[in-house]
Amino acid sequence: MQTDDKLIIGGHEFHSRFILGSGKYSLNLIEAAVKDAGAEIITLAVRRANTKEHENILDYIPEGVTLLPNTSGARTAEEAVRIARLARELGCGNFVKVEIMRDSKYLLPDNAETIKATEILANEGFVVMPYMYPDLNVARDLVNAGAATIMPLASPIGSNKGLATREFIQILIDEIDLPIIVDAGIGRPSQACEAMEMGAAAIMANTALATAGDLPMMASAFRQAIEAGRKAYLAGLGRVLVRGAAASDPLTGFLRD
Amino acid sequence: MENKFFVDSEYLSPEALEKKHRLETEPSFRKNHMEYMEGMEQIASDICENVISQMKAYDYSIYTARDVKAALEHETCSIEDFKALLSPAAEPFLEEMAQKARLETSKHFGNTVYLFTPLYIANYCENYCVYCGFNCYNHINRMKLSMEQIEHEMKVIAESGMEEILILTGESRAMSNVNYIGEACKLARKYFRMVGLEIYPVNTDEYRYLHECGADYVTVFQETYDADKYETLHLYGHKRVWPYRFNAQERALMGGMRGVAFSALLGLSDFRKDALASALHVYYLQRKYPQAEMSLSCPRLRPIINNDKINPLDVGEKQLCQIICAYRIFLPFVGITVSSRESAEFRNGIVKIAATKVSAGVSTGIGDHESKYTGKESDSAKGDEQFEIDDNRSFDKMYKDIADEGLQPVLNDYLYV
Repeated sequence: MQTDDKLIIGGHEFHSRFILGSGKYSLNLIEAAVKDAGAEIITLAVRRANTKEHENILDYIPEGVTLLPNTSGARTAEEAVRIARLARELGCGNFVKVEIMRDSKYLLPDNAETIKATEILANEGFVVMPYMYPDLNVARDLVNAGAATIMPLASPIGSNKGLATREFIQILIDEIDLPIIVDAGIGRPSQACEAMEMGAAAIMANTALATAGDLPMMASAFRQAIEAGRKAYLAGLGRVLVRGAAASDPLTGFLRD
Repeated sequence: MENKFFVDSEYLSPEALEKKHRLETEPSFRKNHMEYMEGMEQIASDICENVISQMKAYDYSIYTARDVKAALEHETCSIEDFKALLSPAAEPFLEEMAQKARLETSKHFGNTVYLFTPLYIANYCENYCVYCGFNCYNHINRMKLSMEQIEHEMKVIAESGMEEILILTGESRAMSNVNYIGEACKLARKYFRMVGLEIYPVNTDEYRYLHECGADYVTVFQETYDADKYETLHLYGHKRVWPYRFNAQERALMGGMRGVAFSALLGLSDFRKDALASALHVYYLQRKYPQAEMSLSCPRLRPIINNDKINPLDVGEKQLCQIICAYRIFLPFVGITVSSRESAEFRNGIVKIAATKVSAGVSTGIGDHESKYTGKESDSAKGDEQFEIDDNRSFDKMYKDIADEGLQPVLNDYLYV
């Protein structure tokens, strides 16, 4: 990996392009994510940290890892803003992943409310990383609202179905100047690799690791896949022949000048 | 096979006994159970019709092994698939159902199991529900805790480590009114991260008030969705009004509550139809209120004081497991609560398949947490239990047992916003 290939979010530099999501938590998962997947950013559901003694996640976060509190549980921009402020009061730093769901079945993000919350929080000095349904117009609005990254979903959260929204994520990668971090639905290292080849800046995953047979081994597989995809992207993908060989006689051979 | 519910107490006056007997034997002596009483809010909603028409049309005898296999193969479980999974034809496929249910549970909840405990603050009741220990004709020690007593109980529970509490009362507006319950919620917010309510159904504005007092989750058991059967079990009192109860969850959501819980009391009526209706109640309400959190309980009938013969009839553990697996496959996103009515062995097994929430350190009596938790006996009065529990594990024991099963006990995943 090129040493100068850094992920920069809100002025902070990271070398790892794997971010641990917050859906299913355990000490083993956090350990594997940091040691084997190389995660430097770990998402923390503020509502799960809202506990008194047993198993407080905050106690598990290793030194040197950046906490990314999320606003899960928020159904409106107003609730997300309140949760983000609470996270800052709890000492979780300035990063916040805005996630706003008005749907308890699929947990799909509410783009309109997300734009509102992003604007308020960015104005308050947060490094805002909004989770969104991949829509170019919304992504542009989020850029204008002060987002530090854009986090489009690959497929429904927890589904492990991979890049169901591939074409739309590609559009965001092509058109938006912020890092595009693919979030939700990445179920296999190969899917993470594919997103990185496309030019995604990083991958966020949780369930794919949390439900793996061998957690540390899967974490390490994700690290390698993400690094491989990133290298392929930086190298520039070669020609892909879709149907057999290319024509050997040039089609433009008849041109005289 | 039927349960024998009617028990005469020697403490009842001749007049009371006569009224009780007339309620039991003369249907015309009883109020119309479909008619709202004064003060009960009526809301416009099509949920009830959707649920009940499907329940009435449900003939579970027509489903075959082929339907069950198809249902297990489908990626998304349709209502028809769910009906097949609840049918007798699915009983030979219990292991396959459990495997699929476990997969769905792990997709949505990982390996987490939430813990909570109920706190009964009063057991006065104005209803004659024939299977319930709190019914107004049952001779039991009645009690209503003062705010000081409630706070003491909450301190004892909070010291055990519990962070989620479910406040319950008997169904008596006169003895435990909405303000009293609201004050209890305000106290609970001091000691717990999450406060749920399981009280008599109230109007939207009252749910809003209780939400402002700190409650965020409302549980109402419909008992049975078969209104005709319901009429023969709930003979007297406001609880007799079946449709007002049916719409309670919707009023709670209209009043701003974050989530609602549903259940039929299995063993009262045809359990397959009741399970279908419970799940469809969730299904249709979720479509109307997609932001709401929903959960299902699956209680079976239990013995009560003065009637230890009450049992869940044809709902054995296998049937209960079938229902819970079918719930999980049809509604993968809902919480499923299994209470201390079930044995420790059943609960240890079912949390590995589909249940996401269990109670621990449970008392269904009034004011007895200190003696139950610490063994310290006090002179203060106690109120009797609503029903007998089976699994009496303490918070610490439950926490350890869940962890020993390779699961992750979670005390709170919630913020009051």
